[in-house]
Amino acid sequence: MRRTTAGRAVGSPFRILLLLSSFALAGYAGVRLLDGRGTEVALWFAGAALLHDLVLLPLYAGADRLLARGLTSVDRRAWTPYVRVPAVFSGLLLLVWFPMVSGDTADRYRASTTLSGDGFLARWLLITAVLFGCSAVLLAARLRRATKRRPPAAH
Amino acid sequence: MVRGPGPGPFASYGRGMPRLPSSPAFWRSPVRGPWFTSVLGLVLLVGIGVLFVTGLLSYAAYNPGLAGVNDKTPGKGLLGLYLFAWPTRPVWLYRLTQGAHVTLGVTLVPVLLAKLWSVVPKLFALPPVRSLAHALERLSLLLLVGGGLFEFTTGILNIQLDYVFPGSFYPLHFYGAWVFFAAFLAHAALKTPAALRNLRDLRGEHRTQQAQLPDPGQHAGAPRDELTSPEPGPPTVSRRGALGVVGGGSLLLFATTAGRGFDGPLRETALLAPHGGPEPGAGPGAFQINKTARVAGIDARETAEENWRLVVEGRGGTVRLTRAELLRLPLHGAELPIACVEGWSTSDQPWRGVRLRDLAALVGHDPDHAPDVLVESLQRHGSFRRAALRANQVRDPRSLLALFVGGAPLTPDHGYPARVIVPAAPGVLNTKWVARMTFGDL
Repeated sequence: MRRTTAGRAVGSPFRILLLLSSFALAGYAGVRLLDGRGTEVALWFAGAALLHDLVLLPLYAGADRLLARGLTSVDRRAWTPYVRVPAVFSGLLLLVWFPMVSGDTADRYRASTTLSGDGFLARWLLITAVLFGCSAVLLAARLRRATKRRPPAAH
Repeated sequence: MVRGPGPGPFASYGRGMPRLPSSPAFWRSPVRGPWFTSVLGLVLLVGIGVLFVTGLLSYAAYNPGLAGVNDKTPGKGLLGLYLFAWPTRPVWLYRLTQGAHVTLGVTLVPVLLAKLWSVVPKLFALPPVRSLAHALERLSLLLLVGGGLFEFTTGILNIQLDYVFPGSFYPLHFYGAWVFFAAFLAHAALKTPAALRNLRDLRGEHRTQQAQLPDPGQHAGAPRDELTSPEPGPPTVSRRGALGVVGGGSLLLFATTAGRGFDGPLRETALLAPHGGPEPGAGPGAFQINKTARVAGIDARETAEENWRLVVEGRGGTVRLTRAELLRLPLHGAELPIACVEGWSTSDQPWRGVRLRDLAALVGHDPDHAPDVLVESLQRHGSFRRAALRANQVRDPRSLLALFVGGAPLTPDHGYPARVIVPAAPGVLNTKWVARMTFGDL
């Protein structure tokens, strides 16, 4: 190592200068962002990161691990993607369109646009059913192929 | 079958001390690694770049520099330096830029989430701070992650009319974008070279990893990266497969969102997005409505033939016109879309009405040199009940004070008795239920 201990404690001067200039711009916009309900905005800003990193991610990662372990324990590890993929797709749709699906904004939506705010939950459920249904068909087809290919002696 | 070690944080029981997230071995997914993160990072580099540019364009499209009524961020300072007079052609300009902004934002959600998932071990890595530069970078990452999630969240809530965020959408999303982008620029400058290098270097190793050899992604003697698990669990999906799931999620969101920028059967494909599905009502007025007359507090008595008057003011004086008098002025047609900041739009609608330039001429202005105009609605409250249009918008022969659409008088929800329609302008600048127009330099 060429760098001294002090040098290592500081780190790359390029990186520091770049980050300082980034902070200056962020600060310029930040004071404007926080002008008004500053505390709440700051809470939303930091809260979004914390909620994602410490709640949402552990929740879905934990659910995925439980799924993989559960299927492994019944010797069906290879089925994992057939549950995981439709669950991920359905979950993404729910996450993005939660205000519509939950009906939270249905009244405002109807009043503003004359369009119906109902039916989003039903459509999400139907899409979810189709996703899992397609996955089940694919898994069944794969199992069928595997049974055909396997010589009887292997059973 | 011998039960292999489970892939989870809880799977380390029976193997000594339970591991904490700060231990690299806590993270078991064999999908994590420089290749996966680099691919997602480069997709976001391009995607967020497009989001930022289209976002700035949308901000400029409101002409915030023209008049206070258009400006929801009067304290913008240098952040408004780039502003320019928003053009009126092509007529689909805002429809395209804002449709792209919102649709791309929704489409990128799975990529953003996957990217954050792929780097989460770094959040807990020890020591938390290795140097001054590292400390600053971690602080910057809070702005990056917090800012990114803040921008995606406020945008996604706003298009669903869920105004739970603390304050008005415009300043929050605009200033938030600059905070986020400041951190994003630094992050991109620091990481893009490595991401590109990773893709080049790891192409061969990725194939090795696909073949499930025990030591994925490592050159002999190379330092271990912070992303690849030192004790990966048995794979349930390849890295390419995982990327496919992310791409599939994006495709699904795109396919169920993009249709809200078109009329008819395409709109019906936007299954969960607001302003997807069937058009409202029937007849010539059966196209998307942003705000009904009722919500805007428009009383049918005010818009009745005998009560409503349009007041037009200019340097030559003031003119008051009934709807019947307006109908006797030269009427012109224009095929123009309505495009909303929320990302939905309609196809071109056949409007018919009086040209704004002709109204300027009525109050003493040369139509070819017509000035800006302040348009006021009958609407009592709501942030765009008054809106300013720039001279280039007034002079465009397709800019109308519309009285008809699709061959029939405007419906109350589309702004009866008269509304503004300007090519390429954001929807809210096309003031409905117009009561007064004041021509003059703003």
